[in-house]
Amino acid sequence: YIYISHIKVLTGQLLRLSRFVYALDESKSFAVNMFKGQIATAQVFPFPKALNDEQEQFLRELVGPVSKFFEEVNDPAKNDSLEKVEDHTMEGLKEMGAFGLQVPADLGGLGLSNTQYARLVEIVGAHDLGVGITLGAHQSIGFKGILLFGNKAQKEKYLPKLASGEHIAAFCLTEPASGSDAASIKTTAVLSPCGKFYTMNGSKIWISNGGIAEIFTVFAKTPMKDPKTGETTDKITAFIVERSFGGVTSGPPEKKMGIKASNTAEVYFDDVRVPADCVLGEVGGGFKVAMNILNNGRFGMAAALSGTMKSVIIKAVDHAANRTQFGNKIHTYGAIQEKIARMTMLQYVTESMAYMISGNMDSGAAEFQIEAAISKIFASEAAWTVADESIQVMGGMGFMKDPGVERVMRDLRIFRIFEGTNDILRLFVALNGFQAGLSTGLTLQGSIHPELAQSGDLLNKCSEGELMERFDPSDEQFVLKRVADCAIDLYAMVVVLSRASRSLGQGHPSAQHEKMLCDTWCVEAYDRVVRDVKLLQSAQSKQLFNNMRSISAAVVENRGVVSPHPLGF
Amino acid sequence: MSGRVLVGVKRVIDYAVKIRVKPDHTGVVTDGVKHSMNPFCEIAVEEAVKLKEKKLIKEVVAVSCGPQQSQETIRTALAMGADRGIHVEVSGKDYDSLGPLQVSKILAALAKKEEAQLIILGKQAIDDDCNQTGQMTAALLDWPQGTFASEVSLEAEKIKVVREIDGGLETIKINTPAVLTADLRLNTPRYATLPNIMKAKKKKIANVKPADLGVDLTSRLEVLRVDEPPQREAGVKVETVEDLVAKLKDTGKI
Repeated sequence: YIYISHIKVLTGQLLRLSRFVYALDESKSFAVNMFKGQIATAQVFPFPKALNDEQEQFLRELVGPVSKFFEEVNDPAKNDSLEKVEDHTMEGLKEMGAFGLQVPADLGGLGLSNTQYARLVEIVGAHDLGVGITLGAHQSIGFKGILLFGNKAQKEKYLPKLASGEHIAAFCLTEPASGSDAASIKTTAVLSPCGKFYTMNGSKIWISNGGIAEIFTVFAKTPMKDPKTGETTDKITAFIVERSFGGVTSGPPEKKMGIKASNTAEVYFDDVRVPADCVLGEVGGGFKVAMNILNNGRFGMAAALSGTMKSVIIKAVDHAANRTQFGNKIHTYGAIQEKIARMTMLQYVTESMAYMISGNMDSGAAEFQIEAAISKIFASEAAWTVADESIQVMGGMGFMKDPGVERVMRDLRIFRIFEGTNDILRLFVALNGFQAGLSTGLTLQGSIHPELAQSGDLLNKCSEGELMERFDPSDEQFVLKRVADCAIDLYAMVVVLSRASRSLGQGHPSAQHEKMLCDTWCVEAYDRVVRDVKLLQSAQSKQLFNNMRSISAAVVENRGVVSPHPLGF
Repeated sequence: MSGRVLVGVKRVIDYAVKIRVKPDHTGVVTDGVKHSMNPFCEIAVEEAVKLKEKKLIKEVVAVSCGPQQSQETIRTALAMGADRGIHVEVSGKDYDSLGPLQVSKILAALAKKEEAQLIILGKQAIDDDCNQTGQMTAALLDWPQGTFASEVSLEAEKIKVVREIDGGLETIKINTPAVLTADLRLNTPRYATLPNIMKAKKKKIANVKPADLGVDLTSRLEVLRVDEPPQREAGVKVETVEDLVAKLKDTGKI
């Protein structure tokens, strides 16, 4: 094996990463101690089994009808060209109970756990991401706040009609001037002198379901008086706002690159009277509410996209197995084989992450935000690559509308942007490190299957040691991006080691295939981590980052490329 | 007419699956293969549930004969609206040799036991394509039969059945109790909704053994060998009519 020699070379110079201690503008100091010590295995080994027999039996019964509905009733091409989910499909989804999957059964929902939800959302992702976003914007974020933070009265008032789909929900955070910088939102909610209601003013953009929702989870700035200092500051509060309150209007549907069936619109709040009992969570605690909602729903994206990748791979492989060129089926050619293998690995990792995280959440884990962020970044980028490569395998056919892969490609682009851009999430991952999973403790040995020992070794090598070195704050984001990439690769290695170990342990017929996926992934992931660390440790990196900073400054100043044309004009 | 309807539901290999013959040629591969309710049985269940919704009958009882997994099929019927289920346990060699004769004996015994007014079955199963169970059941009970039904209406003490036959459509009126078998165009089965699947969990499935019903499962048939259909061979092109006639003579066709 090639990587044995790598391990020997690196033994003396174990993988080290910076220990960063620095202050951020918000005067919070984060100590990032990535990859220090060894990985705590409690959450990752063995691969979580999060369903009891009854839950598994029930889930098995649900998979059939849901799949059937999407195969026979939903028409993704029609939804895409109409730029809306067909009416009879919406009705069918409502009757099916698809709008209240995680609402408790006594309030009209199906009371599914996260793992059960993930399995069904995977089916949706495999067929129609436009419908997926309509459902997700409604229940994964739209009214999730009521599930997580609502009081009894709010739950009983709102959840039944939301579960049946009679009311659609939307999550309203983004504004024209506030995207990633969510804390800077300007929508206001001012408490009346009598204290009975808030008056809300502002506008939100790019709200999924904005044009069709009745119930909105809205984030607005509420002026709050500090009892100690007497000073008034603006803090974010989350509100449940009903369109029927009056003053709530929405704009026309936005024209988009993809997920065209999903309604995206601006939502305006004009002197809307919001009763005080519509505050969700604590007054002034809205930012936390927003972050928790997004965090709680993130695993759903990885699950949905693992389904998308599966279905797109089927199309690519069908083509490769049937297309003959130069006298052979094209799947016999190395170029195609590498593409198919890479697509398969990316899907395997994504799927493993999705069910590891949902399993952890169902088992009661309190800290999973880093892993959830990693899974979102990984899944969205992996799916884009897989769709892209599937089109490539299919050649010209992939570019045509009929096979449907071009639509999937267009649908996928937004996944790297919304729900926290991957760029911001990388900073988040790097800054917070692997705190949940890291502690001085057990090593991986004894947890993974003996057949995977070599790959497990690679992971251990990555995890040991730290580098005591300070870095220039102006290089911050260049460094953090690479640190995050390492964290993502390491988590990916851990999840596939766990899953493949389980398959080998269970003597599954496909276990050897999974072992190959796992081993191949670990070799390449290890190489990437080594390469990134080497770069960060080198003096060259400073120069590189400086150069990139200067190039960017020049191009921005010039509002375009700076170099004169090779022809001189 | 009010009362109880028995609906037979069979667990078969899903219609979309590519069937493979077992290496020992004793049958087809079923292990790990996707199974679902026979499509014609779905139509039968739908018709029964519709009759109940119109308040023309009181209770729909879904029956399946087979191993443990047959209960999944009964659950699907319950999710579509059947009131309760009966699982007649047949497994192992008995299940391998289970055919229309045995099933019709079981259904006849159950119909008597449950005092059923109507038995609705699919016209045939997509795995064996026998198209015999409904007819045999009616004969054993000495009940009238309305087979290949594309339309069913209950009128007083009789049933009007429009049947799909080779020549077109035949309308008959039969007495109750009766056996009906569902053809493709009888109705479009509803989708089992997730809330109904949840409600179905509370519905009862009774377990019964064929011996309890006094039924002998011995088969009169023995399967000698199962083979895939022969591969379609390439055609042969000929230049002239004379060549064609010569070739046909050569291969003994004329």
